[in-house]
Amino acid sequence: MIHVDVAMRRGDFSLDARFTTPEAGVVALFGRSGCGKTTIVNLISGLLRPDRGRIEIGGETLIDTASGRCLAPEQRRIGYVFQDARLFPHLSVAANLAYGLKRSRGRAHVIEYDDVVSLLALAPLLARRPHSLSGGERQRVGLGRALLAQPRLLLLDEPLASLDAARREEVLPYLEALRLRLSLPMIYVSHAFDEVLRLATHLVVLEAGRIVAQGPLTEASLDPALTAIVGPAAVGAILDAQVLEGDAATGLTRVRVGRSGTLRLRAPDLIAGAQVRVQVLARDVILSDRAPVGLSVRNALRGHIVSIESQGDEACRTLLDLDGARIVAHVTRDAAAALQLRPGGEVWALVKTVSLRSHAFPHA
Amino acid sequence: MPLTAAEIDALRLSFGVAARSVLFSLPFATLIAWLLVRGRFRGRFALDAFVHLPLVLPPVVVGYLLLVLFGRRGPLGSWLYDSFGIQLAFTTAGAALATAVVSFPLMVRAIRLSLEAVDRGLEDAARTLGAGPMDRFLSITLPLMLPGILAGAVTAFAASLGEFGAVITFVSNIPGETRTLPLALYTAIQTPGGDAAAARIAALSLALGFSGLAISEWLARRMRRTLGQA
Repeated sequence: MIHVDVAMRRGDFSLDARFTTPEAGVVALFGRSGCGKTTIVNLISGLLRPDRGRIEIGGETLIDTASGRCLAPEQRRIGYVFQDARLFPHLSVAANLAYGLKRSRGRAHVIEYDDVVSLLALAPLLARRPHSLSGGERQRVGLGRALLAQPRLLLLDEPLASLDAARREEVLPYLEALRLRLSLPMIYVSHAFDEVLRLATHLVVLEAGRIVAQGPLTEASLDPALTAIVGPAAVGAILDAQVLEGDAATGLTRVRVGRSGTLRLRAPDLIAGAQVRVQVLARDVILSDRAPVGLSVRNALRGHIVSIESQGDEACRTLLDLDGARIVAHVTRDAAAALQLRPGGEVWALVKTVSLRSHAFPHA
Repeated sequence: MPLTAAEIDALRLSFGVAARSVLFSLPFATLIAWLLVRGRFRGRFALDAFVHLPLVLPPVVVGYLLLVLFGRRGPLGSWLYDSFGIQLAFTTAGAALATAVVSFPLMVRAIRLSLEAVDRGLEDAARTLGAGPMDRFLSITLPLMLPGILAGAVTAFAASLGEFGAVITFVSNIPGETRTLPLALYTAIQTPGGDAAAARIAALSLALGFSGLAISEWLARRMRRTLGQA
């Protein structure tokens, strides 16, 4: 387990955060800029010291202000990928990569130099100097350098934030590959929810120095606290689904969500049995009080209303349970009244196939 | 235009004095620069002022103070002579000390600027990669300071070659021992009929100055290129 319980005050900013996450997988630390995400990873790495608190990883205490124990950053074995890469300008790419590796002598080498070079496609860059690399290449080298120091936990502080969309695609697939190939726990700081959707297994949501939501991504994605941060248009359930069958003729793939529901996705090249992650945006969900007939909508799932609460002036936030798969739907108050929506009531949730965002997310 | 034996002597002496002065003061200048930039202690401003003192004092005063301290009867001079048999006053080593003291602030300033320009984030990155304090300094901070250290060394070397007041006051003007180029030039001017000799030494100094500037500029460019700053 990764256990963080820290408090710190610097000028106007105060941080008071406590969260516990499993050690396996990718924990996304999500929130707006300035909410304290980077401060938390700096505290975990040891580059900052909390005024009060305790950080524990896999049973080892890194810092405990109560007992006065504090491990220096160089003794923590925590890799750090910085937003600005921070490659050493006077060293070649190869020497940058080797920097941490050399200093990890005497420990078991789980991550080998050649593996990192091939996994991150660094071979053509080895002889070059950092200043001649593109932003995406820099981040890949920074990632490789951190991995080769043989960390037990990898911190990634918005590694894609300084890159444009094209450059991000130079790095994101590598991050995904990494997640699969190495059983290395990661804490991924981001304010971009699409990155979280693609990488995270666990979500910790931060707002003004406080944790407002945390849990496995599928659960935390339903948390109302997230709405305030991502905005109502981006709120949506994230479902882990399993591919049932693909249809080459229509280009549609049927996937299982919950215990019995099926959804059709526009996701070619998926093989039966593969895991896929589907995002169902709350504003794209249509509710019906009876089984739909004569509609173009291909996805209709039967379930019941868990809760309904009005939100703002007109919208109602409706939490649905579709036989094990939970999603959120935003409907107008007017519609809620007309359909007589109430907790426990039976409904059909309709979602257009074209509005579903999916991402192949093979579980290791 | 072959050089005369006296000119070669003066030239060799000047280089020897300047080289010893720079080599001796470099580690101390680096340490002081470090303390001034990174140190958090009382008396930092006093140290800063003290280091810069030779820059604002007339060199003759520096030479005089050195003579008081390091003369055979001075508190430090007598101790050095009695304990180690080292004499500084009126020796080549003393000339190196005098030029080192006078050029010290120039060196500290250059090194300090380069240290201030070192990105602390890179040192933090090195920490997360397992580098302890000394390791970090040697593998990251020092190499990044190198252009500044080099600039400081070149400036101090040039200043040492040309130092007159502190040298003549502390170690006098002894041929083959303490008569460096500026002192040789001064002697030539003072000698009746020495105009031609003075002009030759002045030309020599000019040539030295230009080559020094050219070499330091070339080195600085090379370093900036490796660091990717150009």
